Amino acid sequence: MEIWFSELHTSNVKLSVRIDKQLFSGESEYQRIDVFESQEFGKFVALDGDIVFSEKDEFIYDEMVTHVPMAVHPCVKRVLIIGGGDGGVAKELLQYTSIESIDVVETDKLFVDVCKDIFPEVACGLLDPRVKVYYDDGLRFLRNKREEYDLIINDSTDPFGHTEGLFTKEFYGSCYKALKSDGIMVYQHGSPFYDEDEDACRSMHRKVYRSFPISRVYQAHIPTCPSGYWLFGFASKKYHPINDFKPEAWKKLKIETWYYTANLHMGAFMLPKYVEDLLEEEEKE
Amino acid sequence: MNKEDQKRAPIYEALESFKKKRVVPFDVPGHKRGRGNPELAQLLGEKCVGLDVNSMKPLDNLCHPVSVIRDAEELAAEAFGAAEAFLMVGGTTSAVQSMILSVCKAGDKIILPRNVHKSAINALVLCGALPVYVNPEVNSTLGISLGMEISQVEKAIMENPDAVAVLVNNPTYYGICSDIRSIVNLAHAHGMKVLADEAHGTHLYFGKDLPVSGIAAGADMAAISMHKSGGSLTQSSMLLLNKGVNRDYVRQIINLTQTTSASYLLLSSLDISRRNLALRGEESFAKVVEMAEYAREEINSIGGYYAYGRDLINGTSIFDYDVTKLSVFTLGIGLAGIEVYDLLRDEYDIQIEFGDICNILAYISIGDRIQDIERLVGALADIERLYKKDRSGMLSGEYIAPKVEISPQKAFYSSKVSVPVKKAAGKISGEFVMCYPPGIPILAPGERITEEIVEYIVYAKEKGCSMQGTEDPAVEHLMVLI
Repeated sequence: MEIWFSELHTSNVKLSVRIDKQLFSGESEYQRIDVFESQEFGKFVALDGDIVFSEKDEFIYDEMVTHVPMAVHPCVKRVLIIGGGDGGVAKELLQYTSIESIDVVETDKLFVDVCKDIFPEVACGLLDPRVKVYYDDGLRFLRNKREEYDLIINDSTDPFGHTEGLFTKEFYGSCYKALKSDGIMVYQHGSPFYDEDEDACRSMHRKVYRSFPISRVYQAHIPTCPSGYWLFGFASKKYHPINDFKPEAWKKLKIETWYYTANLHMGAFMLPKYVEDLLEEEEKE
Repeated sequence: MNKEDQKRAPIYEALESFKKKRVVPFDVPGHKRGRGNPELAQLLGEKCVGLDVNSMKPLDNLCHPVSVIRDAEELAAEAFGAAEAFLMVGGTTSAVQSMILSVCKAGDKIILPRNVHKSAINALVLCGALPVYVNPEVNSTLGISLGMEISQVEKAIMENPDAVAVLVNNPTYYGICSDIRSIVNLAHAHGMKVLADEAHGTHLYFGKDLPVSGIAAGADMAAISMHKSGGSLTQSSMLLLNKGVNRDYVRQIINLTQTTSASYLLLSSLDISRRNLALRGEESFAKVVEMAEYAREEINSIGGYYAYGRDLINGTSIFDYDVTKLSVFTLGIGLAGIEVYDLLRDEYDIQIEFGDICNILAYISIGDRIQDIERLVGALADIERLYKKDRSGMLSGEYIAPKVEISPQKAFYSSKVSVPVKKAAGKISGEFVMCYPPGIPILAPGERITEEIVEYIVYAKEKGCSMQGTEDPAVEHLMVLI
C-alpha cells in the first residue's frame, strides 16, 4: 500500500512524501491542520496543504531565526515571537540565559494544542516560565507596543493565508515601533527561486528596506520548502549582521547546534547573484 | 416573509436546468459559451461565460417578465417587504432615475437634499423637472453634509406646495439618516410622493437594530444597491415600490432606457443574493456591525483619528446612524482623507471606498474577515506614526449652498463656452463637477459658480481627489452658459 502526500510548489511542480499514517486532521477558524507520519521526514505538519515543519528539517528554521540575531545583539532580554505556536523557536531561545522573557503570539489555538499533543518534545518550549503564549492576531498584539522588545521573530511563513497581515508594511512598521532603539527583527523571507514566489519575496524586501535603517537577507537550505532553498530577513535599527557579529562571544556560550555555526553565519549572508540582483532592484526608488 | 419560499431562486434554478440541456446556440451572444473568445473564457472561467446567455422562453425576459424573472421579482418584493420589486441591470443609477422619471414630468418640482448622487440630478436633465434643494445642516468639524431636518423639509414644502415629490438619502454615503418616517408623513399629507435613495442601505431591510428602511417607513419607491451591501455583482440593483404605485407605468419608464439584452450573470446574482439576505441576512449583518464597531473602537484608540458612530445622533439632522459604515475623520493627523486614501493603496495595498477632504470611508461588508480589519487598523496606526503633520492650512469640507439659476435640463442644452476654472466665478455652470467617489456634485448644471466653489475645486484637485463631470478631462476648464 502506498499513501502519498503532495504539496504543489508551483502549478507545475510538486513535492510528494510517502506517508505511513495520518495522525491528525482538523479545521480551525483559520486553517486546515493536518499531521502526518512519514518515513523520510518523520512527523510533519501541513497547514492548508503546505508543509510548515517536519521533525527532520525544522532545526534549520529554528536555529537560523534564533542564533543569527543572538550572535549579533549584545544583550537580548525581551523577545517576541509572532506565529511560532509549535514552540520550536522558543525552545531554541531558551538556551540563552540572558533572555528574561519570551512572548509568543499565535492566532490559532488549535494549532498550538495539536503541537503540544503530537510534538511534546518541541512544544515543551512553550511551557518554560520565561515563555508566555498569547492567542491573538499579530498586528493587533503589536499595535500598542512601543520600544518593548530587543528581538522580534516573525515565524509565519505564508504571505497569502490568514497570516497575510504579517507580511505588510503596517506589520513591519508596527515591529519597528515595538522594538527598542537597538532592536532586531528577523522574519521568514520566502523562497526566491520559482516565479510564483519571487514577487512575494521582492515585495517583502521592498517594504522592510524602507522601514528599517539596516535590512539584509540571508539563506538556508530547507528540503521541504519550495525549491529547497529559503531566505530569511534581518532588519535592524542599529546592529549590522556582519559588522556587529561577535563570533567569539557567541562561541563562549557553548550553545549546541546542528546547522548554525559562526562560519556559516558569515556564509549565510553571501547570496547567489540572481538573489542579490533582485533584492538590489527593490532597493532602488 | 415566508422562509420556505425564500429558499427558492427561480432565475438561478432556470439557468441550472438550462445548462444541463446543452442547447446548441444559434442566438446571441456571439461568443457562444466562450468558444469564440478563448481569452475571455480563460479570464472569467468557462462556467461564467457559459451562463452569459440571451433572454429566451425558459429564462424569461427582463423587459416583460412573465415567468422566472417575474417569480424572482415577487420573491424579492416579499423579502424586502415591498409591494413590487424590479430587478435592475443598469446600476442603482438606473433605479434612482426610474424613480424620478416615474413621478416627475417637465416643469414639475422635486424637493431633494443637495448632497444627492449625480444620478438624481442627471434624471432632472433628462426629464426637465426643477430641483428644490433643502440645504442640509453641515457638521463643520467633520466637513460633511448631514441629513435633512424636518423643519427644513417643511419649509420647502410650504414654499413649494406644487412640488410632486421629496427624495431622501437613506442613509448618506457616510451613514447618516434623516427622520424618514416624519418626512413621509409630511410629504404624504401634502400629496407628494417620497423617493428613497438607498444606494447605501440594502442591509437596512435585513439587519437588526439598524435605521428604518425606506419601504418600512412608508416611502413610495426605493432604489436599492444590491451590489453594495447586498453581495450581488457590480451594476446589479433593485427598485422597490410600496402599495399604491402603478407598477405597469413604472415598468414602462424603466424600459425607456433599459437594455433589451439584460445580463443573466447580473440577474442570477440578484436572485441568489436576495435568497442569502432573506435566509441569513440578519446574522450576516450582525457580524458586519460587530466588525465595524470593533474597528471604530480600535481606530479611535490610535489617537488623531475620529471614527464616528451613533455618538453623532442629534435627533434632527442626524436622526439615526448606520453603524455598518466605517467613516473616519482624518484631519486630526493633518492629512486630508484623500491623502490617507492614497497612502493606504500605494503604501499598504489597501483599497478603501473613498477619501474626501476630511474623511475616509472603509466599506465593511459580509465579505470581510477580522484579519483584514486588523490590517486596516494597523495601517492607519502606521500612517499616524509616519505621516502625521500639522493641520494648519487644511481646508475643511464646507457645504456650499448652491444658487440654482435655471433648470438642469435648460442649462445642459444651452449654448456654452469653455472658460478656465479660475475665471469661472460669476458664470452659470453648464455641467457637473464632482469628486468621484462619492459622486456628489460640487456644481450642477444651472447653478451659479462662486469664488468659494472655484477655491474648493482647485483645492480638491491639488489634494488628489479624482474629479469628473466636465467635458475637459483635466478639469481645468468649465463649460459655462453664454
